[in-house]
Amino acid sequence: MHYGAVHALDGISLSIRAGEVFGLIGHNGAGKSTLFKAMMGLLTPTAGDIRIDGVAVSGDDFREVRRRIGYLPENVVFYDNLSALETLRFFARLKGVASDDCRALLERVGLGAAAGRRLREYSKGMRQRLGFAQALLGSPRLLFLDEPTNGLDPDGIREFYAILTELRARGVTIVLTSHILAEIQQRVDRLAIIAAGRLRAVGGLAELRTQAALPLWFDVECDEQARAAVRSALAALPVRLHETAATLRVECAREHKLAVLAALGRLEGRLRDVSLHEASLEDLFFGLSP
Amino acid sequence: MSVIKLQRRQVATIAGKEFWDRIRSLWVLAIALVFTVFALVIAYFGGAQQGMVGFRSMEFTIASLVSLVIYLIPLIALILGFDAIVGERERGSLDLLLSMPITRFELLLGKYLGLAGALAFSTVAGFGLVALVLASHLSLSGLAHYGVFMASSVLLGLAFLSLAVMVSVFAGDRTRASGLAIALWFFFVLMFDLILLGVLVVSGGKAGGDWFPYLLLMNPADVFRVINISTLDEVGALYGLAAVFPPELARPWLLCAVMLAWCVLPLSLAAWRFRR
Repeated sequence: MHYGAVHALDGISLSIRAGEVFGLIGHNGAGKSTLFKAMMGLLTPTAGDIRIDGVAVSGDDFREVRRRIGYLPENVVFYDNLSALETLRFFARLKGVASDDCRALLERVGLGAAAGRRLREYSKGMRQRLGFAQALLGSPRLLFLDEPTNGLDPDGIREFYAILTELRARGVTIVLTSHILAEIQQRVDRLAIIAAGRLRAVGGLAELRTQAALPLWFDVECDEQARAAVRSALAALPVRLHETAATLRVECAREHKLAVLAALGRLEGRLRDVSLHEASLEDLFFGLSP
Repeated sequence: MSVIKLQRRQVATIAGKEFWDRIRSLWVLAIALVFTVFALVIAYFGGAQQGMVGFRSMEFTIASLVSLVIYLIPLIALILGFDAIVGERERGSLDLLLSMPITRFELLLGKYLGLAGALAFSTVAGFGLVALVLASHLSLSGLAHYGVFMASSVLLGLAFLSLAVMVSVFAGDRTRASGLAIALWFFFVLMFDLILLGVLVVSGGKAGGDWFPYLLLMNPADVFRVINISTLDEVGALYGLAAVFPPELARPWLLCAVMLAWCVLPLSLAAWRFRR
């Protein structure tokens, strides 16, 4: 898929399983939103095809599949002259679902008290909540959420993920993007890293850690004498040591984790604390995307 | 785009929103009032230049109203529709609309019909109110002529609205769309007749003389004018167009068909362009 000479997406092959929470991460302009739009049938790929439930998104039959999909675009825009309730009822009619549930949906996303207010009076966070309510119309089996926590306050983010947990338990397939990597790290089953329109890596967090081959590290808290003992105990192992005032950091490859742990275990009485750290999603992101 | 599987419910939902948006924003009321006030002023003071004040005849009123409507309605229709699609695209709401189970054609048609409903309603309400005010002065034939005038005014509005929606699909942004809409108004309302007359005069009537009546059909504003002059002797005399327009072309059904074609063709072009 390209815009003029620019390849927005190139050679992406991806399969998302039913019922999983799938994250798409990448820099600004990496192609995440373009991929979302292509998956929704809003953009037509110049080559290849995209199927949801076996139906090509560019085909006439996709109209019926759309009824089972919820979509929250990045920077969702509604009509300022309508109230939240009127907005939801309008989209419910378009989606062909009963509009009786609109008020309950607004309650669910924390907009019950503001349901009758015109959207011109809404803050960004409130519009985002309304966008989420719109995506939930008709109890979709598949949700595309592009930067869903944009503009939400901490309470809003917590409530959003609480609803997402409920949906996940009900078997809803969720595809989401976020710039806040720490936020989605524990909440996705698998994720894909996209850079410059290309897929750099796909998998669960553990798989990506293996792919990236990033080191893990132990933070050892102990006094000066014990530090010398640690250095001596680890001398035969391929580790890197970094000294700080508070801790001695021991960095090693994943395959040496148990050997390091065993060596530190032998110093048990002399160490105040040992904590193990693995590469975060942020570390993986920077490790796997150029 | 799937015209065959057109779902009327989706079209009606979009059309209903567009229509009620204009009702709620008082747009319909404002335009209807403009039409009413202008029509009443023309009806009562249209003969002031000849030293006559007061209602003369419905034919004379229509003759004056035709001049007004030919400028006003195309402008209102173009302003109403120029951002129908490009506005949604620029605001960022188009993607959300298209993510719904609706085809691009249904969206476009719904937009057009909703706006057309608002324009037609304000035109009929505005000029209809004038007919009520003047009811005591109207003969049956005057009422019929006024009915033709109102219906042709609605058709004129729908034709220019169709052009406006086409502009809203082709233009890359709202600024360009508004520029294009104004250019269309200038061309059809101010320039078209001048160019035709200029060519005729410069060529001494040799170039395009035979084609002149047919060329007038290429402009919905002229078709509107011809519809009204062909039904009213007084209006025809005022414009002098009756002399050059052959009776076989001045058939109401033919002129209405041309006007309807002006409603359908730009919209079809817009649908073709908007299909992807």
